Amino acid sequence: MRFDYYTQYRQGFALFKSPVERNLYALLFFFLIALPGLITPFALGEMAYVFILCIASLGLMTLTGFTGQVSLGHAAFVAIGAYGHAWFMSKGLPLPLSLILAAGVSASAGLLVGIPAIRVSGLYLAMVTMAFSIIVEQIIGHWNSVTGGFTGLAVSDPTIFGIALGGPKAFYYFCLMALIAVLLVLLNVLRSGVGRALIGVRESEAASYALGIPVEKMKVTAFALSAGITGLAGGLLAHHLKYLTPDGSGVGRALIGVRESEAASYALGIPVEKMKVTAFALSAGITGLAGGLLAHHLKYLTPDGFTLILSLELVLMVVIGGLGSLRGAVLGAVLISLLPSAISRIKPFLPEGLAKQFGLETFIFGLVLAFFVLFEPMGLNGRWIKLRTLLESFPIYRQDTFKRNKRYMKSERYR
Amino acid sequence: MTEFLQTIAQLTINGIAVGAIYALVALGIVLIYKATEVLNFAHGDLLVVAAFSAWSLITLWHLPFWLALLCVVLGVALFSYLLDAFIIRRIAGQPQFSGVMLTIALAFMIRGAVSMIFGPESRNYPTPWTNQSTHLFGLSIANLQLVILGTSMAVTLVLYLFFKMTRVGVAMQASSQNQLAAYLNGVPVKRINSLVWALGGVTAAFAGVLLAPITLVDISLWFVTLKALSALVLGGFGSIPGAIVGGLLIGLIEQYVGVYMPDGTKDIVAYLVLIAVLIVRPHGLLGEAHGRRV
Repeated sequence: MRFDYYTQYRQGFALFKSPVERNLYALLFFFLIALPGLITPFALGEMAYVFILCIASLGLMTLTGFTGQVSLGHAAFVAIGAYGHAWFMSKGLPLPLSLILAAGVSASAGLLVGIPAIRVSGLYLAMVTMAFSIIVEQIIGHWNSVTGGFTGLAVSDPTIFGIALGGPKAFYYFCLMALIAVLLVLLNVLRSGVGRALIGVRESEAASYALGIPVEKMKVTAFALSAGITGLAGGLLAHHLKYLTPDGSGVGRALIGVRESEAASYALGIPVEKMKVTAFALSAGITGLAGGLLAHHLKYLTPDGFTLILSLELVLMVVIGGLGSLRGAVLGAVLISLLPSAISRIKPFLPEGLAKQFGLETFIFGLVLAFFVLFEPMGLNGRWIKLRTLLESFPIYRQDTFKRNKRYMKSERYR
Repeated sequence: MTEFLQTIAQLTINGIAVGAIYALVALGIVLIYKATEVLNFAHGDLLVVAAFSAWSLITLWHLPFWLALLCVVLGVALFSYLLDAFIIRRIAGQPQFSGVMLTIALAFMIRGAVSMIFGPESRNYPTPWTNQSTHLFGLSIANLQLVILGTSMAVTLVLYLFFKMTRVGVAMQASSQNQLAAYLNGVPVKRINSLVWALGGVTAAFAGVLLAPITLVDISLWFVTLKALSALVLGGFGSIPGAIVGGLLIGLIEQYVGVYMPDGTKDIVAYLVLIAVLIVRPHGLLGEAHGRRV
């Protein structure tokens, strides 16, 4: 086992763990700012796409990583965001408003799925979201008047306050800003409040409750929604929610509590159902935002772009990145979105028969995922933490620090 | 009026025939799920493997159909056994989600490998029943669909007897109830689990070989997993009779909806049923209702 040692209470909440870390992130930031001068416009477009996928992956991480609710259908929210944005744009709304509305529509769809999600968990939830995503895909395909059906829908070029964002460079900066805004919101949501003791209570399974929806829940949900929509800094959110739950347990900690143990969270006064729905709406909103941006990247929308495969790729990102960490979501998204072009780079070196076949990409995706599930369940983020611990405690590092405990097979069938 | 009844009867027959396939696939998934707690998202890809190997045996090697069927069933059973013995077993004791992710990963790999070997085009192979149909009381049904129905019933019956009568079957039941207790009573749980995977593989092989001539031998065969999941949820997740009932019901619902509801509804009705059942009656028609352990 490895523990974080804090000498001050505030350290648990710090945005950056150390000045070194802060400086490194600043360095990364300036590098990304300077990047357009260094690479080709095509690569810049790809980078913008990577950022969009990062946002979508962060959206899913909010749900899966922080409340443990698995969604195999997040492509639906990307699709709703993308189509919503394209539709609002075609009605002549300005870009920021349209993007916000699209994320809002997406978040409402998230609520639509999230409220029944209180009744089901685990595998069942995964199946519900998957079914939802297939249904959404079909609806988009058949709703010709709004979505253009299977033939598709063209997206107008983005402009903001009269400045064209159509060029790769401008769009790159726009996506970068959106990503940073979403990251800041999520970071602040997650470090809000207390209740750190919740983490570590893992070994109990909770009874399912079917509660009515209290007014409070609606308030929080509405707020989470607006957070997903606007992508503004989340400090305000923390304050607001603190007011709603006077025991002082903030959203972020509460979300993690719900993941670790529903029973313990109940006992500590965390409104579990409310938190689950909040996470769903927040996650769907952020994912919808990514969808809106994606609409501009693709420039032409068809239902084929938002199939189960996209949902699975998003899940791949959060699992490979490492569940429960924002850094992981970003790392996973970067890896998965760059994988196809990496594969096409190595293709010339492969034997002809192998390189020409079109299943190669699918196979490598599967291989990477299987490798991570079997050998590195903590994902890229876990690898990163191990590396950092090795450097920090250099001569006394032991491999057993991160050894997984052996456990008996424990049934999750009756959850 | 008689015409209406005629339509209904024809739809019912078609529905049962389609439902039999869903039931067979659902049966394989539920077997593996009950025994090893892994929800096998790669089950549809076992069907793909079965279909493509049947195609190569029949069209490339010119084997007779029955011999090819036997080879495919044994081959897929062995493949599933090894899959469990070498890969799936390693994640025992980890959260259920790991199992889902691992089988999804395997599904990707199998799909990728199959399309690398065989290429993207769909193909077909002859069976002893191709292009034959039976007419009865003015209703017609393809013989192949009758065979599928018969196979599903036979497989179910054999499995039922197997679980009731044989030592291995009883051991499988025991280990699906409580792995630790079964292990302490001398049941070799690991091997039993792999054998269950092999059994699941057998059902997948039958389903794949018989379904492929109807839908074409194609990668998209794996989509039947999703329909089977709806069937499982409708029948009650984790219940073997439920899998059969659910499969047949989903088949029937799809047929009726395809005729009496607007265009496009047929494709999504199975998923609508899945969502509705999980919200209204999460333990399905025949599933056991469990309280939650805290």
